[in-house]
Amino acid sequence: MAARRPLRPKPTASSPRSERRGARPGAPGFLARLRSWPVRHLQSLVFTLGRLSRRPGASLMTAGVIGVALALPAAMYVLVDNTAGLAGEWEGVSRVSVFMEPGSPESEAARLREELEARDGVDRVEHITAEAAMEEFVERSGFGDALAVLEDNPLPPVLVVHPTEAEASPAALRELVAALEGLGGVDLVQVDTQWIERFHAMLEIAERGIVVVALLLAFAVLIVVGNTIRLEIQNRREEIEVTKLVGATDAFIRRPFLYTGLWYGIIGGLIAILLVSGAVWVLHEPVRSLAGLYGSGFSLSGLGPLQSLQVMTVGALLGWAGSWLAVARHLKEIEPG
Amino acid sequence: MIRFDRVSKSYPGGNQALSEVSFELEPAEFVYLTGHSGAGKSTLLKLIAMLERPTRGQVLFGGRNLAKVSKWGIPYHRRKVGLIFQDHKLLQDRTVFDNVALPLVISGMGHREIRRRVQAALDQVDLLHKEKALPIALSGGEQQRVGIARAVVGRPPMLVADEPTGNLDPALSREILGLFERFQQVGVTVMVASHDHRLIRETGRRVLTLEQGQMIAPELHD
Repeated sequence: MAARRPLRPKPTASSPRSERRGARPGAPGFLARLRSWPVRHLQSLVFTLGRLSRRPGASLMTAGVIGVALALPAAMYVLVDNTAGLAGEWEGVSRVSVFMEPGSPESEAARLREELEARDGVDRVEHITAEAAMEEFVERSGFGDALAVLEDNPLPPVLVVHPTEAEASPAALRELVAALEGLGGVDLVQVDTQWIERFHAMLEIAERGIVVVALLLAFAVLIVVGNTIRLEIQNRREEIEVTKLVGATDAFIRRPFLYTGLWYGIIGGLIAILLVSGAVWVLHEPVRSLAGLYGSGFSLSGLGPLQSLQVMTVGALLGWAGSWLAVARHLKEIEPG
Repeated sequence: MIRFDRVSKSYPGGNQALSEVSFELEPAEFVYLTGHSGAGKSTLLKLIAMLERPTRGQVLFGGRNLAKVSKWGIPYHRRKVGLIFQDHKLLQDRTVFDNVALPLVISGMGHREIRRRVQAALDQVDLLHKEKALPIALSGGEQQRVGIARAVVGRPPMLVADEPTGNLDPALSREILGLFERFQQVGVTVMVASHDHRLIRETGRRVLTLEQGQMIAPELHD
């Protein structure tokens, strides 16, 4: 310490007086500030990510909570979307099944088929013989051995009536059903459209439900991010005070907190996408084999690129908004002095 | 450079910190502010840095009435006043370099310019070799010099120091004060609040004395 050379400010380049010839120190012109704007934001973005990565445990915990909160409505959306797609496969397939009285001879069914095919509004009629129905039932139901015990085939012959597209409206179908029920030898007439209507009504309820759940969870994300940022502000109280003392604007002090919230949202969104994709991957095989049992080639589809982007965007916006709430409330409380 | 015109400051609860204080500093003047603790020294410094606003009276800084500076203008005003504290107020989790760079980062300066200016400021306080150290690894005198480097790096026209030698032994105190005098010589207005009468008398500089919120000593020029 004793050998330290004398402290001497260099009055040349960095002397305060030389500065005063140019712009006011510390108050750069509007243009200069405009030019440095994107740079400052980029710096903040990188800086806050670096700070989050220095304590990965705590950061991932917060992002994880956001991820789960976002994953729930996203998963529900995927589920409903898939189910609606499944219903779409059967859309327009309104058909009328005409069950003959049990024990009716196939010849009578064949005769009725010709009669029906001649009708207006009927596109074609399929004839499923009692035997064919039995075979299909044995094959699909898995009750083959039990059914083999039966001596007689209990199934009646069935005629499946496909109406022309023009006659597929609910009113026209009701008319057709009434006409078919009046025919001799017919036991039961069944329309397959009603369940589709009910199904659509249920889907609508589910979609509304998703909106409600999504709103509640969005609120939860706001609170989680807001609270995390609030703690962060309290932990950095001293830093905020010092930064204000050396002339930081409110915007400068706000920025890192807002970007921290943004990162929480983005990382939370990524976690949500991973969770949903994971769930779809796990369910994919069982769903495919179940669909196979129903003779359908249906397979579960996950979040598309656009939907993934939406999840991330929603996460980012919520993160940003949540930190705004905290920053607006708590930064004002910290003043040096 | 700065003028106080019958400035009073009272706090809620009736505590009168300053009453009718008037004085004026020329640019590049060096002045000591002294008085017992509680005499209003800190309040006076806070008014200069706009950490507080006066209850009555006017503060003019560089010809500008600070009462007319809006809330949004305060940060820009603070960049023109280099503040130095007894407890240094350094950020303990950042290196010496980053601490000194803070005012420049705030003003949105480019990387290269920041590096150049921070190194120049650290060179002035003879701490260039410690730029990568954390404040905790430095001695009290060194930390105070980092605080000074941070105060001057933005090249403010005025330096305000609140008990800068409070925790230092006489030799180190003299060194710090010598540093302030050199900044004054290159055109900075300097105000140092201190209750170290012995040290102040040694320097023979102008002294402002506060007692119970009032400026008592006649303004002495030597």
